[in-house]
Amino acid sequence: MSAAVTFELDVLDDLLAALSERGHTLIGPTVRQGAVVYGEIGSAADLPRGVTDEQEPGRYRLGADGGAALFAHNVGPSSWKSHLFPPSLRLWSSRRDGQGELRVEEEPLDERRLAFIGVRACDLQAILVQDRTFLDGAHRDRDYEARRRGCFIVAVNCERSASTCFCVSMGTGPRAEAGFDVALTEIVDAGGHRFLAEPGSERGADLLGALSTRPADGADERAAEAATERAAAGQDRALDTDGIKELLYANLEHPRWDEVADRCLSCGNCTQVCPTCFCTTVDDVTDLTGSEAEHVRRWDSCFSLEHSYIHGGSVRASVRSRYRQWMTHKLATWIDQFGTSGCVGCGRCITWCPVGIDITEEAAAIRATDLREGLEHADA
Amino acid sequence: MTPRPRLAVWKLASCDGCQLSLLDLEDEILTLAGEVELAYFLEASSDAREGPYDLSIVEGSITTAADAERIRRVRAASRRLVTIGACATAGGIQALRNFADVEDFMSVVYASPEYVSTLATSTPVSEHVKVDYELHGCPIDRRQLLEVISAFLNERRPAIPSHSVCMECKRRGNVCVMVAHGTACLGPVTHAGCGALCPSYDRGCYGCFGPMEDPQPDSLSRWMGAHGAGELDLVRAYRTYNAGAPAFREESIAHER
Repeated sequence: MSAAVTFELDVLDDLLAALSERGHTLIGPTVRQGAVVYGEIGSAADLPRGVTDEQEPGRYRLGADGGAALFAHNVGPSSWKSHLFPPSLRLWSSRRDGQGELRVEEEPLDERRLAFIGVRACDLQAILVQDRTFLDGAHRDRDYEARRRGCFIVAVNCERSASTCFCVSMGTGPRAEAGFDVALTEIVDAGGHRFLAEPGSERGADLLGALSTRPADGADERAAEAATERAAAGQDRALDTDGIKELLYANLEHPRWDEVADRCLSCGNCTQVCPTCFCTTVDDVTDLTGSEAEHVRRWDSCFSLEHSYIHGGSVRASVRSRYRQWMTHKLATWIDQFGTSGCVGCGRCITWCPVGIDITEEAAAIRATDLREGLEHADA
Repeated sequence: MTPRPRLAVWKLASCDGCQLSLLDLEDEILTLAGEVELAYFLEASSDAREGPYDLSIVEGSITTAADAERIRRVRAASRRLVTIGACATAGGIQALRNFADVEDFMSVVYASPEYVSTLATSTPVSEHVKVDYELHGCPIDRRQLLEVISAFLNERRPAIPSHSVCMECKRRGNVCVMVAHGTACLGPVTHAGCGALCPSYDRGCYGCFGPMEDPQPDSLSRWMGAHGAGELDLVRAYRTYNAGAPAFREESIAHER
């Protein structure tokens, strides 16, 4: 942590102002409709001071026991993907002109440069996971690329965990390790209300250099370390990832899929709140006269019947097959596809499932009654 | 010049709200009138022309023997027939009679019930004739109506998703009223289309658009029951505008016992 610096609470506004001056639109946590969501902010006054959240499967409530802290909450229903990969996006439009010529216009790129304020370690990993989806390989997503290129990331290390968090078991948190421009740890103790800041990039170092800071001392570093240790220690939910790919591949006919299908609403909420889910569909719409058409991309979900619709019907007609598709993709086939798990342990799918289905519980149930073991017993 | 497609709008047992949304298309109605011949649309014009029609839009449910006969004539005169609204697609609020004795209702409501000639049930149009497309909602969303008409005029598939309200609620950036506020909400089992109107104003979904493509109301009911909803609350939740839609009908009956 040699490059780490410390700054006082009031300097946070200088940091935000400096980002604004550099042309960034600030997106950060703010309270709306009874939850902490990510929206446009102007200054530190818009941050959810003292706000905490109480989360459990299918339940989320705000609390107020965070004292003076601005980042005492955990992740809410929104994720940064809404800003890098918008829920609905027109890709092109076409128009037939007076002479009957067809003109196709590609949608202009969003040239805004965003700054994400308060990205947690799990969500940093989620952004890196989506980078692989949209930027690696032969087909780069030009819209995602433009948004991502301009994006400045201020990470915040968690100092507490929600009951639905399981980043420790996924190896993604609670401390931000990579993928940020600046990482902050908020410290509120007898020594005052301050932030320990670490640069993660040249422009991050440059930004910190422009602020009124002092080199972090031992007390700051110990306090910051204690904060993330506290967050890690406070996590009792876990997903055992040991051989998870092989486990799920070997259990595609496990009776647990029927059991979870009995509870799953197939509503798609898990996929919409998941910071890595990337499925979309496209709608082609025309006006009444047939002279204008639009090609619009919108978030889809593997829980919708249309998602697997091909000539003749939906491939995944049952809830069982759709839940299995989602979970095995997230935890297993994603590894084959992108070289990483699609799950970052943020717990959103657990909290925001209207009936509280818990991916860690489902994975554990399958592990506890692994069909391969049954076969071994049968062989013996 | 090729003749314009002939459009007809029909009303059965209904409140008129759905066909009114056609007149509510204030920015598009003149364009529409230029693209189609409004051959039969009594709410807009008394100039009622004979069929055949290229596209018939039907509002309302079948509650009388006369309407059961009339819809057959409409079908026979129509190349395409699209039903709009909860009445036409599920029997409407008047399908509440399907759960009771309509004679009992009449004796309470009307001074001289002997003048009333009605069927024992209110049923969707699709139970009587072949329907080419069903647009859900109570009332329907006028943007969706425009989309369906545009699609039929351009001979393409309407871009009308049949997934849950939750998907459009999340796309809109709403906070879930069920998870964050503990508000009972039918969004997870309800057909999208309204743009998640009620949850956008911190209310639970009332299910105006009827069941989504593959609804799982039994699981939702178990959860709501475990969080304070009584059996009667559940019966009432499913028994509103789309009471006659099979998934909601069966779920409400399951909690009536």
